Amino acid sequence: MEKQAVIKRQLVWTAILWWVIISVIYSLLLNETLKGFHLTVPEIVADNLVSNLLLAGCCILIVHNMRFYLPRQEKYVYVLFISLGLAAVSVFTGRLVLWLLFRTDVHYTGSLSQTMGIRFAISCLLIACMSILSLLWYTQQEQKSAADRRKDAEQLTREAELFKLRQQLQPHFLFNSLNSISALIGSKPEEARKMIHQLSDFLRGTLKKEDQQWVHLCDELDYLSLYLDIEKVRFGHRLQTSITSPETAGQMKLPAMLLQPIVENAIKFGLYDTVEDITIAIGAAIEENFLTITVSNPFDPQTASPQTGTGFGLSSVRRRLYLLFSRNDLLQTSTDGHIFITTVKIPQT
Amino acid sequence: MIKVIIIDDEPLARLIVREYLEAYPEFELLQECADGFEGLKAIQHRQPDLVFLDIQMPKISGFEMLELLENPPPVIFTTAFDEYAIKAFESNAVDYLLKPFSRERFEKAVQKWRDRGHVSQARMQTQALLESAALAPSQQHRVVVKISGKIKIIPVNDIWWLEASDDYVKINTAEGVFLKNKTMNHFENLLDPSQFVRTHRSYMVNIQQITRIDPYEKEGYLLLLKSGARIPVSKTGYAKLKGVLGI
Repeated sequence: MEKQAVIKRQLVWTAILWWVIISVIYSLLLNETLKGFHLTVPEIVADNLVSNLLLAGCCILIVHNMRFYLPRQEKYVYVLFISLGLAAVSVFTGRLVLWLLFRTDVHYTGSLSQTMGIRFAISCLLIACMSILSLLWYTQQEQKSAADRRKDAEQLTREAELFKLRQQLQPHFLFNSLNSISALIGSKPEEARKMIHQLSDFLRGTLKKEDQQWVHLCDELDYLSLYLDIEKVRFGHRLQTSITSPETAGQMKLPAMLLQPIVENAIKFGLYDTVEDITIAIGAAIEENFLTITVSNPFDPQTASPQTGTGFGLSSVRRRLYLLFSRNDLLQTSTDGHIFITTVKIPQT
Repeated sequence: MIKVIIIDDEPLARLIVREYLEAYPEFELLQECADGFEGLKAIQHRQPDLVFLDIQMPKISGFEMLELLENPPPVIFTTAFDEYAIKAFESNAVDYLLKPFSRERFEKAVQKWRDRGHVSQARMQTQALLESAALAPSQQHRVVVKISGKIKIIPVNDIWWLEASDDYVKINTAEGVFLKNKTMNHFENLLDPSQFVRTHRSYMVNIQQITRIDPYEKEGYLLLLKSGARIPVSKTGYAKLKGVLGI
């Protein structure tokens, strides 16, 4: 807003300066061309002031009009007609005023009649220039504000979409965890209390991470292990986990909550596609300008249908990566015998 | 004594049912099972009077397990939030318990089981429940069948074609033919209509398997599949096929 005001002030000053310059040129022209008529200084000054004030008035009028009523493309020709009309009005009004002021001076009135044509031409030129300038200016302004609006709208939908993608926390997880707590309260109240704290920390993390877009890998891994610990209580000995990350990778950054759905998918896939004990392995590595994270889980190639592999969890991650980096190749899945591997690459800038 | 089996893949979820059951001296807990395979065996061998059954379990869901039983026992489902399942329960289940559930809610469910009408009626309810549960999105990409005592999970993409055969439907795949005690209409409701087309009263085809369509007799057609099989197409079946294939 402040920037706008500065621009406006500068425009006004430029216009005034322009007007002064034009007035001076006009006076010199008048003095030069009408030498034969022996004009007096007051006459020249009065003529100059009247003509140029009228001209300036017309220009202000047209700029002002343009601000509130911008003609559509097919009506641009009217701008020309309006300019012509305004020029005629200004010239005739000027003549009338000057004639009333100096009607006794035959030399001056004669010069007035003789210069009507050139005066009209100059007025026309200047007013038309002004109207076209303001037309361009306001059209550009309008386009800019439309573009701004569009950008804002896009930004909003993008944020909403990202928010939604981050919010895909499985209600199953929450209710099953609460059920586990309910079961523990009777036999192992200490463990129940511990699990309540883990669950609270986990949920708090989910809420907190909405605004901060990027987090350190070590924080994200801490958060994930919180989640994995809760799942381990739920599934008992069936679920084992391993997290390996080199010291240097800990300080690298990645979008918050990006890994969560991948791990969730791995757990679901691993636990529900096999009946044996399973190990979910999470590994981090630095490769050139990328932070590479792999999540692996066992699966049964015999029954895993292709849809399961690209279930909702992964497609939302892919979508989010696309929104953030405009790339579709950052999430890959592969299989190695009975192991399903999800690899995500995060560009480091 | 009333014989009970608990089937749930989460140890703590089984623990709480067991704990609540302790208040009923007339109930005898026969067995706890961690998945549908164990559950299936236990039900077949021990004929329980009541089963507490989780829905989301490894390999086969609680619904799919029940489908494989000739005479499913009365069931009280125990499950976390699942909108679709709840819809199915509303009209059909003996009862369902949404995790986590209170002792009062548990007692109400058991009472409901005690009050239920004839056993046959409860069976019918379970059947109807399975029909509607089969339409859950999670169950539309595979079919579970039993073959000589073993359980086979067939991904829908592996099905070549289906053929009606008396009370059964023959499921033709690369690995052979499997029988399922269902109707063609059941499969027509279940399978994705953009992938499986009912070309004939007794046939349904996976369109990815089609290699050629030949005219056959008057107004009829014959499909040639990749496997070499020939499938008849009726006049109305041809119209459906044209719609799906966009020809």
